[in-house]
Amino acid sequence: MKRVDIRNLSITFGTGPAAARVLPDVSFSVEAGECFGLVGESGSGKSTVLRCISMLTDIWSGKVTIGGTNVRDLAPLARSREIQMVFQDPYGSLHPRQSVRTVLSEPLKIHKLGDREARMSKAITDVGLPLSFLDRFPHQLSGGQRQRVAIARALILEPTVLLLDEPTSALDVSVQAEILNLLQKLREDRGFTYVMVSHDLAVVDHMCARFAVMQHGEVTEILPREAISGNGATHPYARELIAASLAYERAL
Amino acid sequence: MSEIPQARSRASAAFRPAINIVRFLWGSPPSAFGLVVLTLLILVALIAPIIATHDPYVQNLGNTLQAPGGEHLFGTDELGRDIFSRLVYGSRITLTIIFLVSVIVGPIGLLVGTTSGYFGGRFDTVMMRITDIFLSFPSLILSLAFVAALGPSLNNAIIAIALTAWPPIARLARAETMTFRQADYIAAARLQGASPARIIWRSIVPMCLPSVLIRLTLNMATVILTAAGLGFLGLGAQPPLPEWGAMIATGRRYMIDSWWLVTFPGLAILAVSLAFNLLGDGLRDALDPKQMNRR
Repeated sequence: MKRVDIRNLSITFGTGPAAARVLPDVSFSVEAGECFGLVGESGSGKSTVLRCISMLTDIWSGKVTIGGTNVRDLAPLARSREIQMVFQDPYGSLHPRQSVRTVLSEPLKIHKLGDREARMSKAITDVGLPLSFLDRFPHQLSGGQRQRVAIARALILEPTVLLLDEPTSALDVSVQAEILNLLQKLREDRGFTYVMVSHDLAVVDHMCARFAVMQHGEVTEILPREAISGNGATHPYARELIAASLAYERAL
Repeated sequence: MSEIPQARSRASAAFRPAINIVRFLWGSPPSAFGLVVLTLLILVALIAPIIATHDPYVQNLGNTLQAPGGEHLFGTDELGRDIFSRLVYGSRITLTIIFLVSVIVGPIGLLVGTTSGYFGGRFDTVMMRITDIFLSFPSLILSLAFVAALGPSLNNAIIAIALTAWPPIARLARAETMTFRQADYIAAARLQGASPARIIWRSIVPMCLPSVLIRLTLNMATVILTAAGLGFLGLGAQPPLPEWGAMIATGRRYMIDSWWLVTFPGLAILAVSLAFNLLGDGLRDALDPKQMNRR
């Protein structure tokens, strides 16, 4: 279990007066073993924050630490054993020409880890899939099954922090619940720290103890889970967002 | 106990796509024609000594320019050599050219295209301007220049053709790479700590390969024609090699009276380049990723 600290994370293009600040200034902390939510409208920079933490984007300034270590100081191989990510679209996140076996064995080969078969079997059973799925290709899997494979791929290197980029938004509702419960169970069993991006407050309510509301690349307010039901937000945008979500749920 | 059948099923799973592709090609008449002609070409090249009725190099000055029929199926040329046998042996030269050009062009094109597509930026700009320089010459003229510089011979012709044939492949591979460079599965591979070389080799090349294969097959027709053109101009295969283009070049002088000297090599070139075009067209349908689910 490791805590994640994000201090003054910002992305700026250009210099001088013409400089464009894409991500002005993001700071928040995630306790070890916590599930922290990031919510906000499309284009508010939620996913960008995840890409910065994982160093998929490296043009940011500021400081991101995991368990006290700056992610910039970690070698790529060491970093990949700390942070893994589950992507939004399970149809785009698995290589269409690689079997599940290849998908899972690739990271083990990169890290020169032994016991491949055992590790792969463990990862695939941990996400609730039968062992026979190892020889399947993505086009032979349903959306939920693909997302399970994507989670298994993230688990196989035994990271401490999992970044979840809207892991359920591309799935239908019944499968969403399955995946969320799976993620919940994995966190309880293994003590992962989650940073979860979502635009669905119901999902955040189910998963996260605390969440940050983002707008135009800025964190407007950090709220506890309880703030959702009574709309305890103080920032006008956060209030509006939660009110809209509550109204939507009532209309359903 | 259970490991052996599992390993076997995995091995047969590796062959299954190839078998399926052949079956698919067989289903449409044009690509089936291409497949048959090319199989025939390979077969003829393999068993050339058995099929050929005469030695392709033996001259018989008492028996020159014989019309087709009788002892000589396709007639004889100006030195009394049997044209049928020369065509049969010429298939070996054609296959050599095709094989060597693909072996050189495919990897170079893939390497240049995928690396510049993946890395982008200044590296991409430099690589693509080099590609543009090669692309801005007509391929026959450029090969002519190379052969003139290297000296006329079959091997130099192959090198010259290869040097002019890789840029379109590189362009294609680059364009393909750029469409999925930002894909989540590439991001996932980067998160696993994969090196750029590994990402290109394991994730990007398999995605580019189908279209590059199709393009290579379609290019083969051009390669054969360029080789024949170089042979015709006396810059490719040198006499007495029975290269089809060179055969047309020498037969040209007797064309009016002895039509068989140019007709049969010409038909051979036509059949093979047409076969490659049709096969490439069929491959495009067979390897279409949208049809992957059907297999």
